[in-house]
Parts: sequence; structure tokens; C-alpha cells
Amino acid sequence: MIVEVYVTPKKGVLDPQGKAVAHGLNSLGFNVVKDARVGKLITLKLEGGLKKDLNAEIEEMCKKLLANTVIEDFSFSIKEA
Amino acid sequence: MRVAVLRFPGSNCDFDTLHVLRNVAGIDAEFVWHKERSLRGYDAAIIPGGFSYGDYLRSGAIARFSPIMKGLIRFAQSGKPVLGICNGFQILIEAGLLPGALLRNKNLKFLCQSVHLKVEMVDTPFTGLFSKGEVIELPIAHGEGNYFIDKAGLKEIEDYCQVMFRYVSKDGKLKDSDNPNGSLCSIAGVSNRSGNVVGLMPHPERRSEEIFGSTDGKKFFESLKNYLISLKTKPLSGEVFAHA
Repeated sequence: MIVEVYVTPKKGVLDPQGKAVAHGLNSLGFNVVKDARVGKLITLKLEGGLKKDLNAEIEEMCKKLLANTVIEDFSFSIKEA
Repeated sequence: MRVAVLRFPGSNCDFDTLHVLRNVAGIDAEFVWHKERSLRGYDAAIIPGGFSYGDYLRSGAIARFSPIMKGLIRFAQSGKPVLGICNGFQILIEAGLLPGALLRNKNLKFLCQSVHLKVEMVDTPFTGLFSKGEVIELPIAHGEGNYFIDKAGLKEIEDYCQVMFRYVSKDGKLKDSDNPNGSLCSIAGVSNRSGNVVGLMPHPERRSEEIFGSTDGKKFFESLKNYLISLKTKPLSGEVFAHA
């Protein structure tokens, strides 16, 4: 089973990387871009089948390590391999 | 009096810190490898700068899993002095020993320059020899030193006087132009609530000898020495450093 975890800078938290990316796109003429936020995609390969409490377990992984919840939000999607 | 200098894979200010402790401040100090489990027998611990574990995931995030960290957390909780410099500060934050988070510098650049700092709190083991409001000059060298904390957290650290250092102008004024990395409220260093754990982005060990142009940093280590000597005459009991 594959789980995709998305970690993004929280709303209101300055994202200098995103700003630089938006600026870069504007410089290339993509003036439609007003803002960009840069996050991370973490792909986890899990053993075994779908467990009942899988959501809670992944949430715990995010809170304990994958995201720093002071500055980052996370979300995830579970995909059958 | 024995001080531990913690070493992780990727620590790179470890020798500088050990040198200043031993040869400038005259404190008995030694390296403690991250695979050790306990800090028993030490009176204080310093986590030096560097790039522990290549800054993977987030600066300081992986170092938290080193065996020594459990020992360090117990050590800090027992009231022993702990100082984190630069990457050491990032590690203390990721380990939950200090509040807040450190973001990428506002201008996305790795900053290597001198800064002026105002010393806001002097009643900690590392700042006893400073006077409150004193302006000092120290170097910074980091890519992720942009201090952030949410509104509630900011109120809390201000209320409990946990903001230790702020980036200021040479004459001690708070200005955006003297805030090198975009830190919230120009915060350069904080302590935990009881004041025994301190972290800062600037490098005191790099300004501890005349040959480097200034000795402002030396006071951190001399303050620690004074503090440890004073403990021998009056033992620590409870929250000696409670600021509020």
C-alpha cells in the first residue's frame, strides 16, 4: 500500500521559497501566477493490508516526525499499490 | 566541573566550542558522541553548530532520534544548563526543549556575517555576566534561522520572559534592516520557561578571543563557569531561574 503525505507551509507562515518560485514564474511571463507555496511530498510504502486505524497511525507519523506542526500543515492520501 | 560537548554526524563547530571551553574559559570539557545514552557526571551540555544528518527533512529533525537525546532531555528536565548554538538550537527546538520553529531565511540566502544582539535576559546560566539590555556583536552562519512561533506561543514566551536575544542595530534599536533573516520580532535566541535551556542562532564560540576581533562570546562560557562555581556553594533547588 502506498501513502502519499503532503507537507505544506501553514497559512500565514512566510514561505520565502514559494515567493522566489512565484517571482521566477512571473519573470518567465506567467503573470497569471499570484502566489506559490512550496511543500514536500513524502511517499510511504506500507506493509500489510488496510488496517482499521491506519488513518490515526499516519496522522501520528505526521505529527511526530514528517511535519513540524508549528509551521507546517499536512494531509495524506492512501492508495492501493 | 565537567561540560559535555555533544557531537552528531555533521556537527562542525564542535572543536571550536571545546577549545573555547577548555583553553579560554578554563572549564573541564569533553566530547560526548551521539551514540552515548546518558550525561551522568556532567554539569552542563552544549550542542554545537553544524549540519547534523545533513539537515535531512528539517534542520535538527533527525538528530532528535540519536540515543543521547533521551539522556539530554532528562538532563535538561533535571535543571542542568543546556546551550544550543545554531544547529544546536535547531536540534533543541525539534526535540521540544525550546519553543517555536526555525524557517528558511527570508532572503533564501545562507547568511555569514556579523550581527548586533541585545541581551534581554541575564538570569540564566549562560548570560549571568551580561547586563540587561547590553548590545553585543556575534557572527551568524545559517540558512534556516528565521525564528517563528504562532501568536499564542509568542505571547507566552514574551510573558514568561523567554526571549533572550534580539537582532538590533549597533546602538541597540530594533529595526527591520538589522533583522538579517526575517525572524519574528527579531528573535535570535530563546530559553525554556525555567531558563536552564538556552538556544541561539549566533555563534559565541567564534568571538571568544581577541584574535577574532571581539570577545563578546567569551562571556557565555565564563557565565557558565561562574554559575557552576556558585552551585557548589549554594545547591540548586527547584526553579531557581523562574523568570516570571
